[in-house]
Amino acid sequence: MTLAIVDCGIGNLRSVQKAFEATGTAAVLTADHGQLREASHLVVPGVGAFGDFMTALGRIGVETVLADRIAQNTPLLGICVGMQVLFEEGLEFGRHRGLGWIEGRVIPFDADQLTVPHVGWNQARSVRPDPLLDAPDEPWFYFVHSFHAETSADCVVARTDYGHDFPSIVRSRSVWGVQFHPEKSQKAGLDLLARFAALPSPLVEQEAPSC
Amino acid sequence: MLARRIIPCLDVNDGRVVKGIKFVDLVDAGDPVEQAKRYDAEGADELVFLDITASSDRRRIVADMVRQVADSVFIPFTVGGGIRTVDDMAGILGSGADKIATNTAALADPSLLEDGARRFGSQAIVLAIDARRVTDGAPGEPPRWEVYSHGGRRATGRDAVGWAMEATSRGAGEILLTSMDRDGTGDGYDLALLRAVSQAVMVPVIASGGAGTVDHIVDALTAGGASAALAASIFHFGRISIPEVRAALREQGVPSR
Repeated sequence: MTLAIVDCGIGNLRSVQKAFEATGTAAVLTADHGQLREASHLVVPGVGAFGDFMTALGRIGVETVLADRIAQNTPLLGICVGMQVLFEEGLEFGRHRGLGWIEGRVIPFDADQLTVPHVGWNQARSVRPDPLLDAPDEPWFYFVHSFHAETSADCVVARTDYGHDFPSIVRSRSVWGVQFHPEKSQKAGLDLLARFAALPSPLVEQEAPSC
Repeated sequence: MLARRIIPCLDVNDGRVVKGIKFVDLVDAGDPVEQAKRYDAEGADELVFLDITASSDRRRIVADMVRQVADSVFIPFTVGGGIRTVDDMAGILGSGADKIATNTAALADPSLLEDGARRFGSQAIVLAIDARRVTDGAPGEPPRWEVYSHGGRRATGRDAVGWAMEATSRGAGEILLTSMDRDGTGDGYDLALLRAVSQAVMVPVIASGGAGTVDHIVDALTAGGASAALAASIFHFGRISIPEVRAALREQGVPSR
């Protein structure tokens, strides 16, 4: 198996790669379509604003390749803004189209009520069994974000409380998204990455329910 | 609910960890990467590296250290010391640090905070304040604290609470607040200073200077109103451990990882 981290040239993705390595999984940073077609597992770490990140993904032209791979039930994990772009649209600095692989949109926290960005260690409370989480544990993860997903309850694996509940782990078919940074979340984060890397590829149909 | 954080601080010089006592006496206490890994394993929530390297090669030395730390620890970390420009920030953040802390340079040119926040986001910009209690106030007057620059060597005439408010309005996402009166004493944090600043700003305040016991840390995070407690020597020399601090926080009902 090979795990590929999609590198569209913005942000430092080295810590994501090193975190997978620390769990015993080799990971390549790549924008190469051939490598993305071959990979058994795909990871999309995102940094910066929603629209900028979509533009950067567009620049390396990977949307179709990734869509083909998830149609084959290849496990894919979006991290932070990489999770947010899995949805249909994002409202950061205007309205931007997302990849649309999970229904819903990405909206801001209420800065009048809360300190924004939401930065620090917070708990993910599992709302359904999922191979990435060891429920009923409520692990602490490290978050840095000002926007959050709003989606159907069927797509939510875990929720986190910051002023109100928001989805911190989402899933549809073979596509997962985590709002936090597993690569900065010590053991809980490394465990989640190890569980992702251990998923069978492709996922068999009954293991990949659509939300 | 957000957890209160426990943050060991590592002072580094030429790529080696040193321990600060009242900013003057320095004792070599080890390799930063090994120390960082130890704190990561022990359950620290974050790490802060304060770099005092003076050599002309400092940029490379610091970038190397940041890269090595980022490769081996999986918690967020901040690097401060000698950051004068947005390019300095970019070098450190690009090498794998999560945040930078600035002090003297922001006092000299507060627009550095705005420029840094615009480019990297407020969450990456920590303002460090070294504050000393002003002792010449009239009896009965509320206490005041003066901001010092240049590693605590130069008085600026600025009021610590006012500077914290200005800095956060300019884009600082966090305040690392050191009491110079308490630093290195082990007598406990300056709780009045912590309260004054944390009530005045919307961003998290990291308590620094004076930790000597587990109770001091609990006090900073409860009575002091701080979001995080930073300590150096008590952790470095194993006087208290992070699990001990967590157990005490749990007992007091303080949210902690």
